[in-house]
Amino acid sequence: MGCEQSGKTCLLQGNEAIVEGALAAGCRFFAGYPITPASEIAELMSMRLPEVGGAFIQMEDEIAGIGAVIGASLAGVKSLTATSGPGFSLMQENLGFACITETPCVIVNVMRGGPSTGLPTSPAQGDVMQARWGTHGTHPIIVLSVSSVIDSFEVTIHAFNISEKYRIPVILLSDEVVAHTRESITIPDKSEFEVVNRIRPGVPPEWFHPYEDNSRGVPPMAAFGDGYRHHITGLVHDVHGYPTQRPDEIDAFQRRQFRKITNGFSEIQMTRSVMLDDADIAVIAYGSVSRSALRAIKMARERGIKAGLLHLTTLFPFPRRIVDPVLRKCRAVLVPEMNLGQISREVKRVNLSAKVEKLNRLDGQLITPEEIFEKLLTL
Amino acid sequence: MTEKTIAESARLRHEYLRHDKKFPHVWCPGCGIGIILGSLIRAVDRLGLNKDKLVLASGIGCSGRLPVYVDFNTIHTTHGRALTFATGIKLANPALNVITVMGDGDATAIGGNHFIHAARRNINLTAIIINNQIYGMTGGQYSPTTPYGSLSATSTYGHIEHAFSISDLAITAGASYVAKGTVYHVPALDKLITGGIEKEGFSVIEIMSNCHTQYGRRNKMPDPVTMMKWFRDQAVSVTKAAKMAPDELAEKFIIGVLADRDKPSYTTEYQHIRDRALKVAKNE
Repeated sequence: MGCEQSGKTCLLQGNEAIVEGALAAGCRFFAGYPITPASEIAELMSMRLPEVGGAFIQMEDEIAGIGAVIGASLAGVKSLTATSGPGFSLMQENLGFACITETPCVIVNVMRGGPSTGLPTSPAQGDVMQARWGTHGTHPIIVLSVSSVIDSFEVTIHAFNISEKYRIPVILLSDEVVAHTRESITIPDKSEFEVVNRIRPGVPPEWFHPYEDNSRGVPPMAAFGDGYRHHITGLVHDVHGYPTQRPDEIDAFQRRQFRKITNGFSEIQMTRSVMLDDADIAVIAYGSVSRSALRAIKMARERGIKAGLLHLTTLFPFPRRIVDPVLRKCRAVLVPEMNLGQISREVKRVNLSAKVEKLNRLDGQLITPEEIFEKLLTL
Repeated sequence: MTEKTIAESARLRHEYLRHDKKFPHVWCPGCGIGIILGSLIRAVDRLGLNKDKLVLASGIGCSGRLPVYVDFNTIHTTHGRALTFATGIKLANPALNVITVMGDGDATAIGGNHFIHAARRNINLTAIIINNQIYGMTGGQYSPTTPYGSLSATSTYGHIEHAFSISDLAITAGASYVAKGTVYHVPALDKLITGGIEKEGFSVIEIMSNCHTQYGRRNKMPDPVTMMKWFRDQAVSVTKAAKMAPDELAEKFIIGVLADRDKPSYTTEYQHIRDRALKVAKNE
């Protein structure tokens, strides 16, 4: 169970790799509620966190899970929760609180078929737009996806790093296939990956303004107990953290939220290009479907079709600067998804000239390489 | 007020209220919440708690606005969820003293699930519940503690639901310390809050408070004084109640320490879990 030693090769499932990634990133708090197909994350966390001086708690529901996670983060501890569709819906209210208070935290949603109880043990990608727009109000958010066990480890570390650096909740989308597929993984040594921690205030407490703007747009963050007594509220607040109704302060606050993310686009937007250099047909895919897509473009290449893959790790902010040249260069783009077209809409928003085709499955089954290959033949 | 009490009050204001926060506060003139804020500050002062290590968390509603005025680590969370945030804060840093302030609707309607489970877990938090028997901030809709037959903005023909007792709920759910007070019985309230903060484990202090604006106005108690007199007349101390027959107590409520029992708190138990996990990890 688990794979705590670096350098050791283990056979892990995606959910377990998320736990190892989180621990490697310095996560020391987990609160959540059991739900298929995400429960293994909670189970392993309950074992591993007390070993490393962290804390695990199973709460009464997902609302409480994310509440405790935000609380722990405000107390200075990197925090994680994990759930699936129905639980993710319950978290949306407090997710908004994490956004407006700029509290770093990572929320894993292992997607299953929906809506409602849907298909608890089958994969889907139906929560992409919920991840982006699920909570209320105007807000930026970061949504990452994982496609394999090694991805589950590495992207979880990125998720924490970005969350800490930009003071923003990060949604990590997995799916039932990635979560339960076992693959071998060698946990890298600490020296092989970067761990980012939030910047703490360096000024004396009396000079500290918890929401003061700076060139990065990310104010240093004090933890409760650090001696920087301050106020946190879900109301729109001024630089002191106190509620404000002043239009100029409200506008500046809201716009800073977006500016800080825009500043970091180049590192936030993670994608992987495979055989795209000479491609005239591209597949844009994410999650477990990107695995099928990789196989499909190889099959197409064997047939002499110049196909390539753009694998998206970052779904939001949508990596349009990377998608745009692919669309300019390729005559057709295929977006296979286990929904009726959520990321394909984003691709179409960027699109200028290429034909954007969809390939969708809603039956709880993974899209196969053959299906993508067959579709590529028609483009 | 004597010179000494004026000086003492000035000292407490200087020491515990935020100087950079704009007053006046949001509450109606005569609101009971100000009295509770005073009691809380005196309790904290009496216990000599370090402000840097004190967290005050609230939910939404009139009670939710209390933390912003005091110079602690303060957090105004979402409706009903204060205890969930407080749980995370306490577990992440058990050295912090964490107090939550909630309203009756906040703690027992939308937050009812969190409330009973925080009590069951016996997590080392202090929950101050301001029971004014109504949703005040949103305009006087009925809450889980609005008495049967009362008028409210959403029970204009009379309330047909029965109120439940927050204190009894807390006792049943497993809180270590449960007390009930009113904004009329202030010296007693200071002691109840002090006792709650001092107690290891989950403490609940339910405080009957006046919302003459939204509750009293509709129910023949349109001003703070009338409501205060009602609290005075309805409240019976624990010791006195012990000598009274059940039918004599029918229309009354009991104030004082209602439960005070010792059992290990969640954070203490969790430290044992850490020790056990470390031992297992070492042996592997």
